[in-house]
Order: sequence, then structure tokens, then C-alpha cells
Amino acid sequence: MTTILDPTDERVPVTRQLSPRTGEITGTVALLDISKPRGNVLLDRLEALLSERLPGIRIERYAKPTFTKPAPDALRAEIYEKSDFLIEALAD
Amino acid sequence: MQPGQLLPAFRLEDASGASVTFPSDRPALVCFVKDDCPTCHLVMPVLDALHRAFTDEMDFFIAGQTREGNEALTDTFAPSFTILDDSSLKVSFAFGMDTVPSLFLAGADGKLDRALVGFVREEWQGLSELLGERSAAGAEPDLDWEALPEWRPGCGSLSVDPLIADRLRAEAENSPLRARKIEIAPADDEFEFMFDQGFSDGLPLVPPTPERVMRMLSGTRRDPQEMLGLMPPNMGEVTVEKAAINAVMAGCRPEYLPVVLTALEAVLTEAYNIHGVMATTMGASPVIVVNGPIREKIGMNMKLGALGQGNRANATIGRAVRLAVRNIGGARPGGTERSTLGNPMKFTMCFAEHEERSPWDPLHVERGFEPSDSVVTVFTMTSGPTLIVDQDFRRASQLAGSFGLSLESAFHPKAHFATDVVLVVCPEHVDTLIRDGYGKADIRARIQEVTARPLVDLVENEVSAVGFKKAAFDAMDEDGRGRMLPKFKSPEDIHIVVAGSDAGKFSGAFHGWATGEIGSIPVSKKIEEA
Repeated sequence: MTTILDPTDERVPVTRQLSPRTGEITGTVALLDISKPRGNVLLDRLEALLSERLPGIRIERYAKPTFTKPAPDALRAEIYEKSDFLIEALAD
Repeated sequence: MQPGQLLPAFRLEDASGASVTFPSDRPALVCFVKDDCPTCHLVMPVLDALHRAFTDEMDFFIAGQTREGNEALTDTFAPSFTILDDSSLKVSFAFGMDTVPSLFLAGADGKLDRALVGFVREEWQGLSELLGERSAAGAEPDLDWEALPEWRPGCGSLSVDPLIADRLRAEAENSPLRARKIEIAPADDEFEFMFDQGFSDGLPLVPPTPERVMRMLSGTRRDPQEMLGLMPPNMGEVTVEKAAINAVMAGCRPEYLPVVLTALEAVLTEAYNIHGVMATTMGASPVIVVNGPIREKIGMNMKLGALGQGNRANATIGRAVRLAVRNIGGARPGGTERSTLGNPMKFTMCFAEHEERSPWDPLHVERGFEPSDSVVTVFTMTSGPTLIVDQDFRRASQLAGSFGLSLESAFHPKAHFATDVVLVVCPEHVDTLIRDGYGKADIRARIQEVTARPLVDLVENEVSAVGFKKAAFDAMDEDGRGRMLPKFKSPEDIHIVVAGSDAGKFSGAFHGWATGEIGSIPVSKKIEEA
């Protein structure tokens, strides 16, 4: 029997659960641009389509300072506090 | 061990399976022997005589270090005591001795009275006299001491055999190892098992057994549980021990470990941004450059083929860092590692600067360290080494001009102010540059000079959409449109090191990634224990 030592961090990643799907979109929808080239083009189009189809919702635009790093905590907190839905444009 | 010290408690079995426990409630004589030791053979009749004389008043624990040896000793000497089985060597190890025979006389409380190592006739005779004085009968065993030699050295205890000692240290109760132990069933191939567990970069790994990890940890004075930082994306805790486990798997020697640890500390800084480096679709990876005396000490390659294969230190240090990122941080291709094409540097990329062949300040001195410091510098690069071929130059200005024209291709010829580069200048190119009095600043200035383009040439157009946006360009005045832009935002984005063999006019360059605050900033760290 060979014994080896675990090279990993020995932690099981947290399984994230999907938010409940209510079947309708209301309230505020946040659109987050990760700041990659042309991500704004996709979000502009989405914003137009959403406004057309769901005139009752409010749309807020956000952007990460750089696509290479996770969103700053303050930005995440702001989006969480002010929004009911979030769409993130990866641009890849 | 000092007199009065409590000896380690133990339980051992003899060949028949009967077990004995130390300490008992009587004085005791504990002695370790092995068959292939002439001095142990010498003391066997003495131990036998002592046992016969004093067995009613004290306990005897005579332990042998191999099962076969115990049988042989029993056959040869037919002693009045049974030899205990310490073939696991755990009790020998716990007693901390280097030599057999080692004899420990203990009181009823289990504390050491006196210890004898090897055979010094006067000492053994003194012991016999002492036991005689203490015994009720007051008589010593009848031994012909004069027939015995005055002195014989002992032999090495198996518990300090280098092949066994690391395992014993790893298994001891005060072992510094804390990582989870994974047992691989005898029917499983350990190499296949490690592939199946996802520990590998695609190449075979050295199994990180506890004894190999203990040996690796001997390469550092740092506490195995010291935290180097948190490795994204899982924010796994990078301890010295976890780094050592990955260094074993990568094939490192213990003396490379300080370089691996320092490189990991460098990539774990916020400035370096290892999370982005791993997650990017561009295929970036750390390029590790080592400076200072440690290069020679651990045998790194900075000469012929320095950026290629064939040198264990170069190859395995870079691989250890990559494996630590993968295993501790959890960045795996298809998971949070999203490189479109990948990159062979993601296996390993580490080399040393050939400082002695450079007329200029080496990389670490340029970056604020002393020449005598050993320093690791980590860059984030997406491609390279891209060869710069110029065998026709006559002057330094032409050669540095060639460097510039070749570096135009970094990212895209129309992408200016976009990235940084590591320029690796080969010795033959160095000679020409020195002859014309070129310093690093002159090389950088020449690169910026020959790559400068009017803004109008760098605007998105029908040939290529890369470059400045047309709308922004159209909004500029005449002066703005005619402005000359060099390839690099700052001359400091051209990092220069010297490496390679004396023959060949081929320098090379690594092309960077998102540079600066937006992406990754190069980080240098001194190897404190070098």
C-alpha cells in the first residue's frame, strides 16, 4: 500500500444554487459589462430589447474596472442591494 | 538523553507474539541490537549473563531491529531472554539513538539512570557492578571481563538509515505533516491513480509520499504550516507543506524549495493577479526568472538552451509553481482556466539570468536588490520565446533596431501601448551592443524609436480592425492625428535579461498580457533563506 499526501486544498467547493425562477421579470435588471472589447455592444442591444419587451422594468448599467480581476466587493454589494436580476456580458 | 529524563513508553512483541510494556513497575534494562553488527554480537553474552543474574529483580527489554536478524541472534546465542521485535524501528526512532548497541538503564519510574553506547568495557563492567550492588544477593554475574576487548565502536542504528529515517519522521506522532493522507490500494497503480484524481498537468508525477515530502521540507527552514497566501480561484491555503507536496510531484530536489516558495509568494500578490492570469482566454502563464547566487548553488541553466528542456532545476521549479496553482487553487483547463489555445509555458517556464555574461545591471539589481541577493521575478507572458533572427547586423543601432521591428508583432503590429515584453539577449548580441557602448536604456530607446508610428497608421481600417477607434481618431485635430506612438507605453515595459550560449546570433522575446493595474504587474521577491 502506497500512501501519498493530498496536494489540493482539501476543500470541497461550495455548490451554488440557482435562484428560484418566478416566470416573470419585474423590478430592476442590472447589466454588468466586464470591460472586455465590445461587451457594451451586446449589452446595448440587450437593453434595447428588454426595454421594448418589458416596458415596466428598470435597467441599471454597471461595469467592472477590469475584466482580468473579480468584481470589487463594493460593486457586488451595490448590484445585490439595488437589483432584482443581473445579466453579465462576458464578451468571449 | 540526560539522566532523570523520562524514557519513551512502548509496547513490543517477541517472536511468539507475546507483548511486553515499558515502563513496568520495576527497574529496567532496555537495549537495542541488530544481527549484522559485530559489537552487538560481542555484547549478547554479556546481556545474557546480566539477565540470568538479575531477571528476578528487574525487567529486560532487548530489542532487535530486523525479524530475520532476531532469529539469527537467537540461533547463534540461545540467550536466556527473548528478543523483542522492533523491525518497524518505531521504538528505536523514539529513543533517538544513532548507534547499536545502545543500552538504557531505567528506574521503576521509567526515568533514565544511565545510557551506554557501543562497547566500552569499563562502562559495561561498571554497570554490572552497579546492578550487583543494588541486588538483594549482592553478587555480580561471573564474567571474564579481561577476555573482552577494551573498546569497540557500535554500528549505525537502522532507524537513522537515510532511506528509512524520513519515513519514521513522517510517521512519528510529532510529525510536522498535516496534509490528508491518501492510501492507494496495492492493486492500483499510483501513477494512474494520480492522473485519475486530476493532480497532473498531463505528464507523470512523482508520488508525494510522506517520506519524500519530509525530505523536500529539509530544503527549507520555514515552518511547514506557515501560510504563503490564498490561491484563487478556490482561495486554497498555500502552506509550505502543500507547496512541498506539489514540488515533490513536479520532480524538485529539496534545495529548489526556497525558490518555489518565493515564486509562489510573488504570484500570490495582488499586483501579480494570478486569478486573472489563469482565467484569461488569452493563455497567459508565469515566466519565472532567477537571479543571484542561488542560480549556481542549485545548478540552474542560464547558458546553452536556458529557455528549453534538459535542466532539472529550471524544468521542475516552473512546474512546481504551476502544479501548486492547479492543485491548491483549483484552476484547471475547462474550469476556471479558460485559455483558448493554451500554451506550453503552462507546463513550466523558469530560467536563470547569465549575469556574468552581461555588462549591464542584472534584472534584480535594476529592480532594486543587491547583486548578492538571490531573487525571483515573475512575469505574465502569453507567448514566446519568439526568436529574433538577425545575423547580418554590423552596429548596435541596427541590432537594437531589429529587436524593435521584431517586437512589433507582440499581440499585433497595430497594437501599441498594449503589453510588455521580456527581451532575452544572447551573448553574441551582447558583444555587439557593448562594443558600441549600448546600455539597457539605449536598447529601450532604440526599440521605441524604430517602432514609433504616426497615429493614422494605427487606426482601425479595412485591412485590420485592431488599433485606435476611428470615431476617436476623427475627433482629433491635425496634431493629434500626426502624433508618433512607440510600441510600448513606457520603456520600462521592455524587461531585458541575458541568457544563452556563446554561439549563435539569436535573441528571443516573451510577449506579455494585459499590463499594469488592468492586468498583471511583474513582481520580484528576495529568497530570504538563500
